[in-house]
Amino acid sequence: MSVPRFWRKQIARYNLVGTYCKACNEYFYPPRNLCPTCRREGEIGEFKFNGNGELVTYTVIHAAAEGFEGQTPYVLGIVQLEEGPRLTSQIVGDPKEMHIGLKVRPVFRRLGQSGERGMIYYGTKFVPA
Amino acid sequence: MREVAIIGVKNTLFGEQWDRSFRDLVVEAGVGAVEDAGVAGEKIDSMFVGNMSGGQFVEQEHIGALIADYSGLAKNLHVPSTRVEAACASGGLALRQAICAVASGMDDIVIAAGVEKMTDVPASKASSALAAAADREWEGIMGATFPGLYAMIARMHMHRYGTTSEQLAEVAVKNHFNGQFNPIAQYKNKITVETVLNSIMVADPLRIFDCSPITDGASAVILAPADIAHEYTDTPIYVKGTGQASDTIALHDRRDITTLEASVVAGRRAYEMAGLGPKDIDLVEVHDCFTIAEICAIEDLGFAKKGEGGKVTQQGETAIGGRIPVNTSGGLKACGHPVGATGIKQAVEIAQQLRGEAGKRQVDGAEIGMTHNVGGSGATAVVHIFSRNR
Repeated sequence: MSVPRFWRKQIARYNLVGTYCKACNEYFYPPRNLCPTCRREGEIGEFKFNGNGELVTYTVIHAAAEGFEGQTPYVLGIVQLEEGPRLTSQIVGDPKEMHIGLKVRPVFRRLGQSGERGMIYYGTKFVPA
Repeated sequence: MREVAIIGVKNTLFGEQWDRSFRDLVVEAGVGAVEDAGVAGEKIDSMFVGNMSGGQFVEQEHIGALIADYSGLAKNLHVPSTRVEAACASGGLALRQAICAVASGMDDIVIAAGVEKMTDVPASKASSALAAAADREWEGIMGATFPGLYAMIARMHMHRYGTTSEQLAEVAVKNHFNGQFNPIAQYKNKITVETVLNSIMVADPLRIFDCSPITDGASAVILAPADIAHEYTDTPIYVKGTGQASDTIALHDRRDITTLEASVVAGRRAYEMAGLGPKDIDLVEVHDCFTIAEICAIEDLGFAKKGEGGKVTQQGETAIGGRIPVNTSGGLKACGHPVGATGIKQAVEIAQQLRGEAGKRQVDGAEIGMTHNVGGSGATAVVHIFSRNR
């Protein structure tokens, strides 16, 4: 991923800053600028999530995505935050301890690197709470 | 709106075809379908080509023009040619666009083709290209792979409904069994549940035999208004319904992880247009990019109750000779999955079945068939219903 492409969403990725619709009281992470429920009616504001949530489903990846070869096996999961939105992230920990419904909390981690000499990018992963 | 019929069909071989190029494959399919229909090039009004990622697989864009050119339809005839992209649903969408062109009265004879040449890049590059069908910024960046996304669907399905790894394996076993009777199939070898369960883990709980392969191949069909279809063939296959639906690009935003709502809605739209329901369908080609995907598909299209897709598969209801034969071609699993071609190949299979030309995999007395093509983890679905009777 190019530097500007990552940098544009750096605050959202580092600090779990998403958005919410003031009309529908619906929260979005990843952030959205248009509410899918009321579309243009509502007003969108920023919202910082505390990141506490629950594991909805997960997998243990053995055949890695490009750039993640050194990390296998790694746990990829869908986390539901307390305010409702769901996101995809890695869950750090023993794959054997993972289960649906596991309470998780966010941690700041290195996500990857663009090639051997490229930018290292960081973001939010989760650990069992 | 005019009624539309398929008057010609052709698949190339599906598989690893080191000696054949992108354009070789699609020209073979297109010319084959034109010959099957017995239609002259001068009669062709337009073409639509499903292709997911010529850019990443063969560093070629401007696919529509390239194919018109090498099909001999560009230099003198200047036939309009449009590439259609919706990840793995590109072929199904190209077919739908072609149907719309004929149904609207704008065009009469239209080619709908699909092609993907996936083995000119290493497998890692192919996987990365396919991952572009998911949300790169919010799934891919976290290390998501396509098997990983479908594995999360499988995990939830198992948790909620008690679906087992053995039931997933039965999908692959059935589709390999069917594949051995399909001359174009990439894999014609029978496998057992043990073969699947002993294969290497890709993304737990999905193993390599739960996954469709990387494939080169192309397919094409020729469409005509139903009123003149008999001028070209004794066995036109009529398009009775077409439905398309979109859903969230990312799996995490779905209302229910185990339901592809795009499949449900596209299916409902196609059923409504045809005035038919699941009980009227004699056979169906569904999008089994992974074994769990076939289980979700037969539930979402109304052939099994939610949660019982694994059970009905294990009981043999989806085998040839069963209550509702699913993926007689071998499906994506055994026939192969050249992503842009798959949606067209499904229509070719149904047309051959409804014509009674499917050989050892023929479903006796098949009159109405369905195709179901999915893009990504379910952000696009397209469903078609065909009949041998007008």
